Amino acid sequence: MISAIATIIWRDVRQSYASGGTWLPVVFYLSAATLFPFAVGPDRELLLQTGGGILWIAALLATLLPLDRLIQPDLENGVYDQLIVRGLSDEMIAAARMVSHWLAFGPPLLFAAFLASGLMGLEGAALGTLLASLAIATPALAGLAVMIAALTAGLKGAGALGGLLLVPLAIPLLIFGAGSLSAQGGSALLFLAAISLLLVAITPFAAGAALSAVRE
Amino acid sequence: MNEGQSTGSSDRLLAEALGCVRGGRILFRGLGFALQSGQAGLLTGPNGVGKSSLLRLLAGLLPPSAGGCTVPETKALCDDRLALDEQLPLEQALRFWARLDGQSDAAVTAAMARAGLDHLAEVPVRYFSTGQRQRARLARTYLSGARLWLLDEPANGLDTDSVAQLGLALQCHLDGGGIILAASHIPLPISFHLTLQLQPLEELEASL
Repeated sequence: MISAIATIIWRDVRQSYASGGTWLPVVFYLSAATLFPFAVGPDRELLLQTGGGILWIAALLATLLPLDRLIQPDLENGVYDQLIVRGLSDEMIAAARMVSHWLAFGPPLLFAAFLASGLMGLEGAALGTLLASLAIATPALAGLAVMIAALTAGLKGAGALGGLLLVPLAIPLLIFGAGSLSAQGGSALLFLAAISLLLVAITPFAAGAALSAVRE
Repeated sequence: MNEGQSTGSSDRLLAEALGCVRGGRILFRGLGFALQSGQAGLLTGPNGVGKSSLLRLLAGLLPPSAGGCTVPETKALCDDRLALDEQLPLEQALRFWARLDGQSDAAVTAAMARAGLDHLAEVPVRYFSTGQRQRARLARTYLSGARLWLLDEPANGLDTDSVAQLGLALQCHLDGGGIILAASHIPLPISFHLTLQLQPLEELEASL
């Protein structure tokens, strides 16, 4: 069973990197971060104060990009049916998809955040906190993305609906994630970790229930 | 697994008083049959009567609304969906399922040969024609090593030679102690031990 899950995760990760879909959020993230200094001007103090928050919003928006490719293609192609026939459960399929999505989404996003922080003039401890908060939150974002992709799979206009669903659910992550960048950010980071753990624990079951409902 | 389905080490397919409701409509009820190791069953009936639903139910993809079934532990479903990565060459795409089913790479080559696809091993699946896609689905089924094959229109889109080739593969599976349940409106060149004629429920009730 473990090796089956590993095989599935490996297939998904290889597929995301091979199709280039992994780099789309990265490029989007970098372009959003580039636009911001143009819009507000090169005032170093202002960029330092607001840059972290902007990078956090860009991370949330980058989460939305791959939503329609997470579940829909494999569902349409019958891959999930074949996995169920082989005795895997919906929850396990959803959890595997979460892990593979995080592997294709988390590290590239952290890399992009590292590059983009240069544009905002973030460095030292602030940069470390930003990367730590994103590293803590990306598993939860991956879980939310898979859950919403499963909920909206098979619907027309799933992309727009996915955005509407994801944004409110991601607000706690944004509050504590961006909050951790302020001077008293230590406890915010702990709250962020708690919320992230909660979402990672819940979303595979919600996504699994959605996958099982769409089959009937 | 779904309630109502018991999966055991049993070597037979047994359905008892099976019922299926789809979209608020009863498709069939009180359906019972048994297939032993080495036996094949043919499902016939008009479109929409529930042939595919019965196959999906036996595969564990749908819960029965009534009754229960006993199916062998390993089963393979060949329906109208390919379940292969379109971007990958056929051989690599099949290898994913081979790994999940615990089959060797040699088994992949053998399954492609049995489906008449060995010359297409390096061709990405997205370039396949209708008939070649059907043969790729069959290759995935041959490869599964499953005891029970549930086939939904396995001869769709196949030319005459390919249907004969399919017949050989099915016979080989039966000779090896496998069980086949196939829904097909194209005659398949094997002998069936059982023919299940599904009829629309309204007609059945009108004739009573």
